[in-house]
Amino acid sequence: MSVSAAHLGGGEQQQAAAVEPPQKRGVTGYILLLPGALWLTIFFLVPTITLVSTSLYDPAGSVETGYSMTWHWQNYVDGIRDYGVQFGRSLVYALLATVACILLGYPLAYAIAFKSGRWKNLMLVLVIAPFFTSFLVRTLSWQLLLGDNGFLVETLKTLQLLGPDGHLLATPFAVVTGLTYNFLPFMVLPLYASLEKIDPRLVEAGHDLYASPFTAFRKITLPLSMPGLVAGTLLTFIPAAGDYINAELLGTPTTRMIGNEIQDLFGAGAYPVAAALSVTLMAVIVAMVFLYVRRAGTEELV
Amino acid sequence: MSTLAYRGRRWFSDHVVLIYAILVLLYMFTPVFVVILMSFNEPAARQTYQFDAFTWNNWTNICAPFQLCDSVAVSLKVGLLATLVATLLGTLMAFAMVRHRFRGRSAANVFVFLPMASPEIVLGSSLLALFVNAGFAGVLGFWTIFLAHVMFCLSFVVVTVKARLSGLDPRLEQAAMDLYANEWQTFWRVTFPLVFPGILSAALLSFSLSFDDFIITNLNSGQTVTFPMFVWGAAQRGIPPQINVIGTIMFLVALALVLGGELGRRRRQIVR
Repeated sequence: MSVSAAHLGGGEQQQAAAVEPPQKRGVTGYILLLPGALWLTIFFLVPTITLVSTSLYDPAGSVETGYSMTWHWQNYVDGIRDYGVQFGRSLVYALLATVACILLGYPLAYAIAFKSGRWKNLMLVLVIAPFFTSFLVRTLSWQLLLGDNGFLVETLKTLQLLGPDGHLLATPFAVVTGLTYNFLPFMVLPLYASLEKIDPRLVEAGHDLYASPFTAFRKITLPLSMPGLVAGTLLTFIPAAGDYINAELLGTPTTRMIGNEIQDLFGAGAYPVAAALSVTLMAVIVAMVFLYVRRAGTEELV
Repeated sequence: MSTLAYRGRRWFSDHVVLIYAILVLLYMFTPVFVVILMSFNEPAARQTYQFDAFTWNNWTNICAPFQLCDSVAVSLKVGLLATLVATLLGTLMAFAMVRHRFRGRSAANVFVFLPMASPEIVLGSSLLALFVNAGFAGVLGFWTIFLAHVMFCLSFVVVTVKARLSGLDPRLEQAAMDLYANEWQTFWRVTFPLVFPGILSAALLSFSLSFDDFIITNLNSGQTVTFPMFVWGAAQRGIPPQINVIGTIMFLVALALVLGGELGRRRRQIVR
C-alpha cells in the first residue's frame, strides 16, 4: 500500500537514500506517536475486541433490552451453517477478480514502468483518475454497460457468443467484472512500484547470457516484482472478499456475498450472529494471507 | 517486401505490451465516459438504462433531487474534518516512526497496517458493536461517521508520509546543520518543505477515501445521509441523472488537482 499511496502525488521520491536517517532517542518519539496510536486503539483495537465479545452474546437480546454475555459459541455454528454458501461464493468471486486484476494489471504496470518513456507520469495519473469518480456511481455505470439492451450485450449476441436470451447484468460474471474493475488500481500501483525499481541491466545481462525474452522475464523480472505482486494481490483480494456493493448493484439474490448478509443482519439488529460472521471472515482472511505470504516468501509488507 | 513484413512484426512485438496497456486504460475509463455522457441525459423513465435525449437541465438544476445537495454538503464536511485530523495525527506518527527510536517499532508498524488489511465490513461492524455496547446506538450520526473516517484514513496518511520521509536524503539535513542551522531551522527550512508534497498527497488521498466511503459509513451513520448513501438509496428507487453530474464534477476537480500538481512539479524542475 505504501507505494500506491506514495505515488498519488506522482513523483519518484523512491530512490531511498543509502545512508540511514538519524534517529533520535528520548521521549519525543512517544509523544508524537501517542495521539494517533490512541485513536487507533479506541476506534480500531477496542472495537475489534468488542466485535469478538459481541459474537458470543446471547442472540435472544436486542439493542433495546441489552445483550448478555453467555459465551454463545453456537453463533458461529449457526452463522456458518446458514451462510456457508455465501462465504464460499465471496472467496471464489474475490479470487477470480484477483486473477483478472493480475491479467489486466501486470502488463499495464509493466508498460508504465518500462515502455512508457516520457508518458510515464501521465499514464500513472490515468490509472488513478477514474477512481475519483465515486465508487458507487462507477458501479452504477456498469449497470448500463452490461444492461440487456446495451451495446456490449447486443454485440455479443450478433457474434453469437451469447444466446438470444442471454444476459450479462445480474450474473456472477457481472459481479466479478465489477469487483475486478473497482480494485484494479490497487493491483497496478504496487506492481508498478516494484517493477520500477528493477535495474534494466539485470535483464540485459540475462539476454547477454542467451536467455530468450520469455526466460528473462520468468527468471529475472517476475521474481523481482514479487513484492509488488504479493502486495497487489492482498490489496485486491481482501477488500473484494468483504465487498457487497458490486453483488448488490450488479448481481441477483443468487450472487449475494458474505458482506451482503453481514450488512443485512446488522441492519435487522441480529448483532451476535452478524458479529460472528464478521469475525469468521476476518479469521479466514488472516489465515489465507498468512499462508499466501509464507508461500510467496515476502516479509516486507508494510 | 519481406523487410516490410519483418518491420511490421518487429514493431508489433515491441509495442504489444503498450497496446495492451492502452486497451486496459480504455477499459478503466469506459465507466467514466458513461458517467459524463449520462450527466447530459434526459431520462424517459424513472429507471433508465440508455441515453434518451440530450439536455443541460441536470447541470443547471443539480440540487433538484430531494436531499442530493445536502448529502454532498455532509460528505464535504466529514471529508474536510476527517482529513484535517487524520493528516495531522498521521504525519506526527510517521515522523515518530521514521525519525525516532522507541520500543515496539515493529509492533507499531503492524498496528498501523492492520486497519488497511481489514475488510471494510469488518471495520464498520466492529465500530458499530463498540458504539452499541457503549450505549451510543441512539446518537449515531455525523460525529460517529467522523470518528470512523479518521480511523481508516489515519493508516493511509502514516504510510504515505513515511514513504516520503524515508526517501529523503539525510545529507540535505546534515548540510543545513553544517551551515549552522539549528534543529528548528533545519526542520522548517529543509525537512518540512521536502516532506510537504507527501503530506499533501496523503491529505488528498484521505479526502477521497472519506468522500467515497460507503460500507463503514452505512453501518455507523444513523439517520445522517452522505453522498454515497444518497446514491445507494437512489439506486433502489431510480437514479436521478444529477448523480452523474456530481460524479463528473468530482472527476474533473480531482483531475485538475493531480494534473496541476504534476505541472507545478515540472515547472519547478525546469527552474532548477
